[in-house]
Amino acid sequence: MSDQAHAVPGGVRLAHHFDDLEQQHESAQLGMWAFMLTEIMFFGGLFLCYIVYRNLYPEAWQLASHQLNVLMGGVNTAVLICSSLTMALAIRTAQTGGGRIPQIGWLALTLLFGTAFLVIKTFEYKEKFEHGLIPGPSFIDPSGHAAAVFGAEVRHARIFFSLYFIMTGLHAFHMIVGIGMMFWTMRCSWKGYYTASNYDGLEMFGLYWHFVDIVWIFLFPLLYLLGAHATGGGGHH
Amino acid sequence: MSGHTQHHIVPLRHYIGVFVALIVLTAATYLTALIDMGPLNTPVAMAIAIVKALLVILIFMHVKYSNRLIQTMVIASALWLMIMFGFAGGDYLTRGWISG
Amino acid sequence: MSSHAATIRPGPERSDKPSYLTDGHTLKSWLLTVDHKRIAILYLAAITVFFSVGGLLALLIRAELFTPKGDLFDSDTYNKLFTLHGIVMIFFFLIPSIPATLGNFLIPIMIGAKDVAFPKINLLSWYVYMTGGSMAVLVIVLGGVDTGWTLYPPFSSTYSNTNVALTAMAAFVTGFSSILTGLNFMVTIHKMRAPGMTWFRLPLFIWAHYATSLVMLLGTPVIAITVLTMAIERVFHVGIFDPTAGGDPVLFQHMFWFYSHPAVYIMILPGMGVISEVIACFTRKRIFGYAFVAMSSLGIAIIGFIVWGHHMYVTGQSTYADIVFSILTYIVAVPSAIKTFNWTATMYKGSVSMDTPMVYAMCFMGLFLIGGLTGLFCANLGLDVHIHDTYFIVAHFHYVMVGSAMFAYLAGLHFWFPKITGRMYSEGPAKFGAIIIFIGFNLTFFPQFILGYLGMPRRYHFYPEEWQVLNVLSSAGAMTLGAGILLSMLNIGWAIVAGAKASANPWMAKGLEWENASSPPITANFDEAPIVTEEAYNYPAQLPSAAHH
Repeated sequence: MSDQAHAVPGGVRLAHHFDDLEQQHESAQLGMWAFMLTEIMFFGGLFLCYIVYRNLYPEAWQLASHQLNVLMGGVNTAVLICSSLTMALAIRTAQTGGGRIPQIGWLALTLLFGTAFLVIKTFEYKEKFEHGLIPGPSFIDPSGHAAAVFGAEVRHARIFFSLYFIMTGLHAFHMIVGIGMMFWTMRCSWKGYYTASNYDGLEMFGLYWHFVDIVWIFLFPLLYLLGAHATGGGGHH
Repeated sequence: MSGHTQHHIVPLRHYIGVFVALIVLTAATYLTALIDMGPLNTPVAMAIAIVKALLVILIFMHVKYSNRLIQTMVIASALWLMIMFGFAGGDYLTRGWISG
Repeated sequence: MSSHAATIRPGPERSDKPSYLTDGHTLKSWLLTVDHKRIAILYLAAITVFFSVGGLLALLIRAELFTPKGDLFDSDTYNKLFTLHGIVMIFFFLIPSIPATLGNFLIPIMIGAKDVAFPKINLLSWYVYMTGGSMAVLVIVLGGVDTGWTLYPPFSSTYSNTNVALTAMAAFVTGFSSILTGLNFMVTIHKMRAPGMTWFRLPLFIWAHYATSLVMLLGTPVIAITVLTMAIERVFHVGIFDPTAGGDPVLFQHMFWFYSHPAVYIMILPGMGVISEVIACFTRKRIFGYAFVAMSSLGIAIIGFIVWGHHMYVTGQSTYADIVFSILTYIVAVPSAIKTFNWTATMYKGSVSMDTPMVYAMCFMGLFLIGGLTGLFCANLGLDVHIHDTYFIVAHFHYVMVGSAMFAYLAGLHFWFPKITGRMYSEGPAKFGAIIIFIGFNLTFFPQFILGYLGMPRRYHFYPEEWQVLNVLSSAGAMTLGAGILLSMLNIGWAIVAGAKASANPWMAKGLEWENASSPPITANFDEAPIVTEEAYNYPAQLPSAAHH
């Protein structure tokens, strides 16, 4: 729009089809939010399944939820909140003109928390495997562990565990993708791409990371805490 | 173009404050789940989760300082979720109203 | 309408910069291009292949239905034929047809931008589309799929012995190409408009695509998660939708139609955009009630999201939900009617010239009227019980998807052909082809309304002998339709190779793509960045007739 538009600070790249950095930034921001809108609807379909079946089978839902490990789920919630804070601080560092070393420091911390989440999640999945709580044909085997725990509700409990694995699995998949992108972001940070006047890539990645955190904020109470009051909060047996 | 959306710097203490609030609310979710409030169990849990999500969206994701368009998109996505839940849920809710 | 004297600019002199077609000749310069115009051509090529496959499948279906007995195919093969016809035509032709080709090519030019907001994502969307398309081809090679395009469980997730999971993944993957296209369009229209191009100066084609992009963004993710969940149920034998496992197959239908009904508007809204452009040009008038037509696109996109339950009246859905969905379905007809009335009003006292695009547009209006009004029959709670899953439904949605969406696609292809290729097609064969297609189309699908009303169910290849006359008419119509399309494709193909050179503005039309860009446009679209000073369709009161070539 203006002639001086292409005179931009060093290190910042303005794509050929934009007039100025502001247009480029606003486009990136809007595009990222549009993408997250699709992500919300994507997870939304699963939440709809959850709502419908939970209201159809409230007892099975409570019994099945009680089988989840509240401690691990709770710790993971805290871990993700920590990672969101460090992510926000990484962006703030770029905003305030902090150099690449503090940027990468905060990103590395975020990476650490993200990895910790996945490690804990792996242990949780492993536990479910060992207890035969994997929702396949064997789940409803009358001689199996699940049948013993859930009795007549075993088929409905299997739907809970199907949704549990799909929802948390899809969430974990987003975490893995996020960690992959983290390495890319750290590389860009190392090259000094993110300055106070332009840190689009870092900002967009941050939005993604926070979104994944928000999904977990809803998953935790919906999946883990339904059975808590039934036994005074013993969590896993 | 409004400008300056990119350059709003949230004070450090706000970030720390949000972080503390999120941790406290997570503890609150757990503690309220220990109490059987009957039909209020889920609304309370969801209310806390929504407050947490709003804190992340408004402060960590800077939507509070973003332009109107971004804010509209956030509201629209919530609205569309409610449309999906509401109209599909409406079917299940009212199925039993007519017998036979 | 405008205060200052309106003029039509004949378009720029031939630029000394290379056109987008001559700017690089290697295969790599096409396959790795980020130019929205070249990506549109890539899409056009791929879509044409899928359209041909889907059309061939349709001809096989109609060939089988010449006789009441299953002469050509057994039941299993027939099931696969109509399933693949539906999947190929919907996911690989109708959904991307106008947006990914004409939309991709024209949106940046019409708003005065150099490219879409995210050119690399645009290219990525084509590769995603091709990946999904390859999976669909693989499904065909591996023996097909027999669930119907709707993929309803429990048949799909439990009982079918065909390639359901792969089909679901093909739809899943292709959905992302649609999301990426919609995302690009939305951001482009918001952020890339030229100076002076305010929202209410946008061509209605842009408004239509804006509404379409909203549907793509809000709806497509839901079908993605729906078919993914169904595929997981099938592959891992977990219980989600299977009623024997405690699941509810109607929930799948809710999720499926939450996308798949609005998807109908992904198919038709861009077509309505094309029709607005064509009618304005060939009546030399501003579209009557411009703002209403623009807003009706948004209205259709929004209300279109809350009518999906009308696909489910006979599934055991709650009667109260039926009533709400029925009322909303009647309401969604209002914005569609606004468009039709306003197009008609535009033609009133206009200087109408019946060039090929206008012929297609006229066909569109008649056929959309029939398609839309028969939709209201289906929205009726009582009548739908009678016509549900009969040929009445088949005829209704073909009038909307073929009679409207495909006719609009052909109208647009002919209208912007000189802009895209820099050449002109032969008017005679093009118009003749359009008339053959119109006759063939009506002969195919009008008898199906009667067949459906008489009670012939869809998706069967046997039928009682008393229905043979109508079926023979329909099948003969399909062959005519196929011949007409082949004729038009050959005419277009010949024009690409040997058509006369077209000027920048052969129709003497308003719009940046005609007045400010050469034919074919240069890679950066414009020599000088355009500045917009007038409303859309600002045709002069004194009417110069369209000067060809």
